[in-house]
Amino acid sequence: MSIQVRDLNKSFGQFKALDNVSLQFNSGELVALLGPSGCGKTTLLRIIAGLEFADSGAVLFSGRDATATHVRERSVGFVFQHYALFRHMSVYDNVAFGLTVRPRRNRPDKQEIAERVHKLLELVQLDWLADRYPDQLSGGQRQRIALARALAVEPRVLLLDEPFGALDARVRKDLRSWLRRLHDELHVTSIFVTHDQEEAMEVADRIVVINRGRIEQVGTPREIYNAPATPFVYGFIGDANRLSGRAAGGWAELAGLRVPAPDFAQSEPRAVTGYIRPHDIELSGGGEGDGLAARVESVAQVGASLRVSVRSPEQAQSLQVELPHSGGQWPFEVGDAVRARPRAARVFADAPV
Amino acid sequence: MMSRNRVIPGFGLSLGYATLYTSLIVFIPLAALAAEGISLGGERFWAVVSHPQAVASYTLSFGAALTAALINLVFGLLVAWVLVRYSFPGKRIADALVDLPFALPTAVAGIALTALYGRNGWFGGPLEALGLKIAYAPAGIVVALTFIGLPFVVRTVQPVLAGLERELEEAAASLGADRWQTFRRVLLPALVPALLTGFALAFARAVGEYGSVVFISGNMPYRTEITPLLIYSKLEQYDYAGASALGVMMLLFSFLLLLAINALQYWSLRRQGGG
Repeated sequence: MSIQVRDLNKSFGQFKALDNVSLQFNSGELVALLGPSGCGKTTLLRIIAGLEFADSGAVLFSGRDATATHVRERSVGFVFQHYALFRHMSVYDNVAFGLTVRPRRNRPDKQEIAERVHKLLELVQLDWLADRYPDQLSGGQRQRIALARALAVEPRVLLLDEPFGALDARVRKDLRSWLRRLHDELHVTSIFVTHDQEEAMEVADRIVVINRGRIEQVGTPREIYNAPATPFVYGFIGDANRLSGRAAGGWAELAGLRVPAPDFAQSEPRAVTGYIRPHDIELSGGGEGDGLAARVESVAQVGASLRVSVRSPEQAQSLQVELPHSGGQWPFEVGDAVRARPRAARVFADAPV
Repeated sequence: MMSRNRVIPGFGLSLGYATLYTSLIVFIPLAALAAEGISLGGERFWAVVSHPQAVASYTLSFGAALTAALINLVFGLLVAWVLVRYSFPGKRIADALVDLPFALPTAVAGIALTALYGRNGWFGGPLEALGLKIAYAPAGIVVALTFIGLPFVVRTVQPVLAGLERELEEAAASLGADRWQTFRRVLLPALVPALLTGFALAFARAVGEYGSVVFISGNMPYRTEITPLLIYSKLEQYDYAGASALGVMMLLFSFLLLLAINALQYWSLRRQGGG
């Protein structure tokens, strides 16, 4: 089922949580709402679920207006960050809950409920825990049960609010790829909220980057990473060197680095901010050649790459550079003279003060 | 056996102190009571405790206490719900008023209730016109016991209710449960242990209550005479052994009932997977 939200606005007192948000979620898609905490992403999810109501704007399910529909009738599966499992019910009863509260005339009989619950527990690979209580499960197991419980009512949409936020890094990674596989099996339209860009990049078909209640960019993980639309997205997704400088005549001077800036070919000289990914900077040894002359400040090996920090004597800010690396010998040591050359950069005009 | 290495030291000392304390405060006085009662000898003991007047007083005492505790269970939950879930002007004052029955001398409560429910009282007159007699009837005893027991249920349920995550209700709603199903299947079971504790406390308090009841009950033997009053009148006649015998019976009934409530609570906690 497709979902559309149109011109949503929501304020909590003085605080504007959503500012004219319009979005389209396609049927069968897995979309991440990504942004820093307090950006409005959870509010948006809760409005889609019907747990919260917008001040103005509309929510459409398959083109039909669902703005005023109660959460009970929306048939959405909602997964909470802190699981919200019913502690006094066994795992089985938790998963069966959505089926057993149906009105008698469309409630499946006992045997059918049992079949469906066991099927779902198998789907989340926890069939052997059916008789346990939530307090006896680990965090990862609880969240999988919460997911099975949400799926039991055969929701048209699955909404997940920071589903892995309360789990430790290892479990989070496992569950992430597991969620992706599960979605590929079920193809139910899913939206999940996260502040973890890596999670969004790895799991989602599309990412919606939100900041201060506004949409910064919508796109595939690849588009978002390779062509950030706004300075915010550049800073939020992945690492970047953020450098101030001036642009004129199609070129920008950023803290001693000269990069092409085609957007500013015609304009008067003006203040700009440029973003360069650490892996988009080349280093060459020795003091000769083009590029910015600098000295190596520190070197650290992280997995298959080297993180090198270099600084030019004329500049206050050091540059972070990431180089692919394998084998034992580091090409640079602390104190070496190097030349830094950017391969790609993105330049944005500073907002007029 | 107990392990020698514990994270928190002083197990021996604290257990010893707890044992000594409960012995001095609870166990030894009760044992003295039992000894005094038993000093009557089997036959006379039985004659005292099975006297029809005594039996009528047990029924009244425990019946009224249970009824009052049940009323408090329902309405205490309601009060706790309102105090936790809604905000309204004067909420703080209403919250403070709940504790008043704790602080008020029970005799004062008894006099106030008797004045209200008596023939010439604000409630008593109209109710009597309807054929309902409250003061100087068993119903009056229930009224008094309900009054003094109210804070127990409210104060035990209130913090548990406030601690229940909103998300539980939202999860239930998103799964299609209506308000009533959410209350009955999600919220109420989570409140059961606290409700049972409140019920047990209100009941225990009501069984032992004396001050407020003597004013409103009229103290008619066989009809509105509670066991504590019967014990008191035996004491006034210097029948210490007889009074103790009745005391032993009350102790026994109370103990069995509280034990049953505790068992129920243990069972409901175990069902929550905790324990």
